[in-house]
Amino acid sequence: MKAAAFDYEKPLACDEAIRLVTPTDGMGKFVSGSQSLGPMMNLRLAQPELLVDLRGIAALRETRSDGEYGVIGACVTHAEIEDGAIEDFTQGLMAHVARGIAYRAVRNRGTLGGSLAHADPAADWINVMCALAADFLVAGPGGERVVASADWMAGAFTTALEADEILTGVRIRRLSDTARWSYYKFNRKPGEFAEAIAVFIDDARAGICRAVIGAIDAPPCLIANARALVDDPSPALLDPCLTGAGLEPGTYEYQVHRVALMRAAATLREHGRNPQ
Amino acid sequence: MTDAIRKPLQLTVNRAKVADFVEPRTSLADFLREQQMLTGTNIGCEQGVCGACTLMVDGAPARSCITPAIACAGSDVRSIEGFDDDALMNELRAAFTAEHALQCGYCTPGMLVTARDIVSRLPDADDARVRLELSGNLCRCTGYVGIVRAIRLVLDARRARAAQPLAAAVTA
Repeated sequence: MKAAAFDYEKPLACDEAIRLVTPTDGMGKFVSGSQSLGPMMNLRLAQPELLVDLRGIAALRETRSDGEYGVIGACVTHAEIEDGAIEDFTQGLMAHVARGIAYRAVRNRGTLGGSLAHADPAADWINVMCALAADFLVAGPGGERVVASADWMAGAFTTALEADEILTGVRIRRLSDTARWSYYKFNRKPGEFAEAIAVFIDDARAGICRAVIGAIDAPPCLIANARALVDDPSPALLDPCLTGAGLEPGTYEYQVHRVALMRAAATLREHGRNPQ
Repeated sequence: MTDAIRKPLQLTVNRAKVADFVEPRTSLADFLREQQMLTGTNIGCEQGVCGACTLMVDGAPARSCITPAIACAGSDVRSIEGFDDDALMNELRAAFTAEHALQCGYCTPGMLVTARDIVSRLPDADDARVRLELSGNLCRCTGYVGIVRAIRLVLDARRARAAQPLAAAVTA
């Protein structure tokens, strides 16, 4: 199908972009790569009256290092992360994840910020950012604010963003060079949205060992202290985590998430993903 | 739709400067097919899944069905028609013919663009990597075996050629 009619603007600055969207009363949408919004518009699940393209805003394509934190601009593409075109703050985790997002032709245009603002629970970045405890940097008519990753997603396809606010980037605490991680995604065909995602990040120097159960019909489920789960993924430890994520024992969804969590835990225990 | 919003658009299509007016809702694929009469780009799913509409935007493969034409203002667009004099694409075309890598041909323009990206970006790809990279291009005729073989043929030929100058230097 074809998208319904809309108007289009491509401003050069965030404040200009916000000024364009504010008067549309929620009918204007920001867009970057249009790799999620594009299909939704073609299916007429989304019918915005105005698209404000953020790709002309140079500041949104910047990546900067801020001591122990790294900031990645919202309009950095999945392919740029895959190719190592930006600094790696995560010991290879983000490049690994980027490689598995959709297909190369999609990754060339789809962006980190677009995926996070779209907030499909089965997408990759929303779950990885939860595991990294990233801060979401937001600009709006009233200035800038920071949203903690726990507060980012209210539900499937629903974020803390107001209609006239822009996600400008994410701030990630650097993983130390001894940090290890594992990522397991289950889908029937490479590039599809996941049926289950499990992420582990073990950074002893930073004192964290987190896990995330993702691709559930809700925001990602963070397990803040996953040490015991890594060492011994027994049913006594696994099952409360899965029911805590809202999964129902005996269902297909429960089983695929259980397997994803077990496999990610086993990978971390046996190998870790850190090249060191 | 005479009252539809139409906006000016300037871009490069197959090395030619193009200036036209488009409705913002017009996808790059529809713009090429309906306004530029370049019907080599095929449209399948219109949701970015099947890969039939894949072409090059600024040197990288992109889905032209979920990319508005107006979002390509100032870009360098290369559709399958723009590869007639491209040595690598002609090598791939010959390999697709030799290995029966197409039957109905609907997926072929997108398949060739993806194949060209694989060969130029991943010269060391093995068959498993080729298949993984092809997962975004659906073919309902061939079962993919011929397509993978065709890409393999070109990858191997290019590797052999890369090794040749050294051998030639030794014999000289």
